[in-house]
Amino acid sequence: MSSSKDETVAYYPGCALEGTAQSYDRSTKAIGKALGLKMKEIDNWNCCGAMEVKNIDPKLQTYLSARNLSIAEDMGFKKVMAPCNGCYHNLKKAEFDLANDPKSVEVNARLSKKAGHKTYEPGKVETIHALDWIKDSVGEQGIKDKVKGGLKGLKIANYYGCMYTRPRHIFPEKDQGENSESIDKPHYMDDLLDAAGAESVEYPLKTSCCGGAHTLSDSDTSTKLVLNLLQAAEACGADVIATECPTCHTGLEMHQIRAEKVFGKKTNVKILYFTQLLGIAMGLSPRKVGVHENFGDALPLLKDKGLV
Amino acid sequence: MPIHEVSLIKPENIIEHEELIIDGVDVSGHWSTFIEPRAVTDYNEEMEKEISGLAGGEFIHRCWQCGSCTNACTINAMNSDFNPRYWIYLIRMGMEDELLIDKDIIWQCVSCNKCTSACPRDVNPEGVMKATAHWLELKGHTPKPNSMIFDEGFSEQVFKTGKIEDGLVLRDFLSKSGQSLNQPWLISMVFGLVKKLPLTMLTRLGLATFFRPKTRDWGNARAAIEEYVAEKEVEKHQLLGLDGHQQKDMENG
Repeated sequence: MSSSKDETVAYYPGCALEGTAQSYDRSTKAIGKALGLKMKEIDNWNCCGAMEVKNIDPKLQTYLSARNLSIAEDMGFKKVMAPCNGCYHNLKKAEFDLANDPKSVEVNARLSKKAGHKTYEPGKVETIHALDWIKDSVGEQGIKDKVKGGLKGLKIANYYGCMYTRPRHIFPEKDQGENSESIDKPHYMDDLLDAAGAESVEYPLKTSCCGGAHTLSDSDTSTKLVLNLLQAAEACGADVIATECPTCHTGLEMHQIRAEKVFGKKTNVKILYFTQLLGIAMGLSPRKVGVHENFGDALPLLKDKGLV
Repeated sequence: MPIHEVSLIKPENIIEHEELIIDGVDVSGHWSTFIEPRAVTDYNEEMEKEISGLAGGEFIHRCWQCGSCTNACTINAMNSDFNPRYWIYLIRMGMEDELLIDKDIIWQCVSCNKCTSACPRDVNPEGVMKATAHWLELKGHTPKPNSMIFDEGFSEQVFKTGKIEDGLVLRDFLSKSGQSLNQPWLISMVFGLVKKLPLTMLTRLGLATFFRPKTRDWGNARAAIEEYVAEKEVEKHQLLGLDGHQQKDMENG
């Protein structure tokens, strides 16, 4: 997979980036602009099915995701970029199922026809994550060229979560040689933030689960899982956990507060989207990348480190 | 993480003689331990067929019991009773009574997909967990778990408008699951945010609860989805023989 810097990608923000994760939306757009990358939002998109619709019926989720891919195709795009792990995962899953499962193909065709739009066929557009977008178009050197103050002195635990790499069969481009992303030990976020001057710590829980699917319906389980992630990051010496998924990010922030209020376990590590960190490295103001829109308050730490 | 398997042997079936001498050999205490054999006769022969007919359970027959799923499982690491391999075994054997012992935790699967990635036989254990939780609820063995209330409320919004608004999802879920909005950690979280946000943004957040995001011209998609969901619902009830039960209940008054 390679992206040229000049290619305009279709942008699929998804519901979270319009709601609780506006800071991720804001910072993704801001760094795209700062890096000279072009994107255009998919017209009249719909929810990809998130983590819930598949539990009603997985084929409905495939349809919901495929509708967005078909619009991107109609708009003439070759690539769809999704910053949210859930969206990214679902679009990838739809692509895989439509190429491999005849029943999914049948349901998608039936629903698309009734809904009155083109039936998406696999292979027409490629779904990429915001990490792929930056890594493949400008890469580490592109970041280094744009970095102003950099992230010197900031230790980061990079947290990728579940949906960026699992299940492995829906990500055929991963684990394909030296420059590709790794399924078991992803490193794109580490690479980009290191290029921005930060120090990525060895974080063994980078693909562990935060319990995001049950963040409200089984809060105690989620709080325990999140607390484990936070404490491990602190034990690894991290000041910040960098995230790339709105569900993980909100879950980490929510349950950091809940762990303190309900379990009496306080942790101090801050949680920021990797796009916010890259933006700050490139000299964008905290407000430009939405630091004030996060639940937690990372501003004092950033000031302390002399980064803003 | 090693697998800590649940014990299949019930304590009351373990027999031990405090004093026992056989042919002049002292076998008192644990030297004489034996397990009383048990005969299982009440197999539910329909269980595997029913669960494999629900979404996610399709490939349960492929399982060869290697235990990779349980070994990889996020929830098993916190609670060793949460054991996908064992449940798949029970379902395939038709041992319903044994499965029902764990009925109240099966819904806790967080869909991290570690099992599905680890499985060498493409069983999709994550899907099997969801199918099993649905089966338990449809058969009346468990009340509707919170996760299902959440999934249904969320999906309903998506089907209706094409998008969701997370504030509405949250309030809707807390009210349907009988929880209060007035929880100290929730208040502290929201207050922490409100303190930092400028007035314009607060206004925008407030407006989002009135002008809900939606996909334009969604009507036909909605109708197509709702028709499909209704069809699936009928199929599910037929598969599990639920309509029969309801009819019988009605006949019996």
